[in-house]
Amino acid sequence: MDRSHTTLVVGASLAGMHAARTLRNGGHTGRIVVLDADRHTPYDKPPLSKQVLAQGWGPERLTLPAVDEELDLDLRLSTRAVGLDLDERTVSVEALAGPERFEFDTLVLATGAAARRLPGTDDVDGVHVVRTLDDALGLRAELEARPGRVVVVGAGFIGAEVAASCRALGLEVTVVEALPVPLERVLGAEMGAVCGRLHVEHGVDLRLGTGVDHFDTVPGEGGRRRVVGVALTDGTVVPAEVVVVGIGVSVTTSWLEGSGLTLDDGVVCDETLLAAPGVVAAGDVARYPSARFGQSLRVEHWEHAVQGGEAAGRRLLADLRGDEPQRFDPVPWFWSDQYDRKLQLAGRPAPTDHVEVVHGSTEEFRFVALYGREGRLVGVLGMNRPRHVIQLRALLDDGASFDEACARAATL
Amino acid sequence: MRVVVDYDLCESNAVCMGIAPEIFEVRDDDFLYVLDEHPPESMRAKVEEAVQRCPKQAISIAED
Repeated sequence: MDRSHTTLVVGASLAGMHAARTLRNGGHTGRIVVLDADRHTPYDKPPLSKQVLAQGWGPERLTLPAVDEELDLDLRLSTRAVGLDLDERTVSVEALAGPERFEFDTLVLATGAAARRLPGTDDVDGVHVVRTLDDALGLRAELEARPGRVVVVGAGFIGAEVAASCRALGLEVTVVEALPVPLERVLGAEMGAVCGRLHVEHGVDLRLGTGVDHFDTVPGEGGRRRVVGVALTDGTVVPAEVVVVGIGVSVTTSWLEGSGLTLDDGVVCDETLLAAPGVVAAGDVARYPSARFGQSLRVEHWEHAVQGGEAAGRRLLADLRGDEPQRFDPVPWFWSDQYDRKLQLAGRPAPTDHVEVVHGSTEEFRFVALYGREGRLVGVLGMNRPRHVIQLRALLDDGASFDEACARAATL
Repeated sequence: MRVVVDYDLCESNAVCMGIAPEIFEVRDDDFLYVLDEHPPESMRAKVEEAVQRCPKQAISIAED
């Protein structure tokens, strides 16, 4: 390979670092520059809502392994990409020292996503999101001051994990969720209700089917405001010293507008993660057509970022070596640790799918449920049953029928 | 090679079991058991994949 070939990886994220590692270990002998807006050494995000908040983990425990491998990466932190010129093959950035421009031959887009915030809360202290290490450290500092009550807005996975961490710290927690059932869009109403009960069992004040109308605030430091309560759309007010907002993310693609790349809630790629000649995307930011699920997918899971980063790296290597590009279409899988429970979901179920508990019991929060659609297995959900989930997940790969999966579950 | 698991880090996600069930087994007590601490060289690629895929970086390979 040409030693003068430069690959630019935008985003020192899980996906970005795995792409860089795959390129280097796959024989990329040129320059690999990895840049990220974050100031911290590239880190792993799952512990941010759990071990960092509740177990005192510091940044040194989060460093991604690729950082310590001898990959000869030119890592530029505190460097935010602000524009892409595909004709000139340059990315312009804002770095601490000012604007700069990086040339590339091939490009990996792995800028991920940013936490959505509630409008009008930018100048309100005590209102947090949990997406970056600085977010988590800032929230932890406030939790260490032992607030009287934490209100979590949104009962999705981040909200659920933050609520569990706060309860582990012995703090009073209210969770506010606009939907009548938590996680209904991901798990369906029946399994979502089980997740809701898990919160209540652990002493959370769970408010369902109500949204946030506004925050009650008082004058704070430096002309800012300080949150003291959350007024809900049902007319009640929940006193709050700390609020955590977990209402999803928006993909970091605004810097790519006008670049010529197709953007549609993500960077639109082909089935090999190629977004343009010599340009690939991976991780939360990549949207690709899934033949397996018959739809375009954008997946925000940890393992998907690992696999996507590797696939994106291999895609560029395939061009450089003249190999046949490979399709990217894995079975999505993720886990969420809440309280003493581990929830794992494989596949991509829809709220309308048939769901059946095939092992254990939801009352004991230790079970396996299967999701079926038109006779096919489309999802495997487990709570504290990792062995079952991992073994049944293989059936999703094989395109098994729902009945086959039920029979297999009975043998585990 | 010797398979080393840091049980302080392991969260029993069972990803390793999905990749190499001959070596890794998560049992009904939710703990991971290493079935073969000294797997044959032919298993190296799978063990390396398990090392890379472990969400907690709890697995490593020590050379004998």
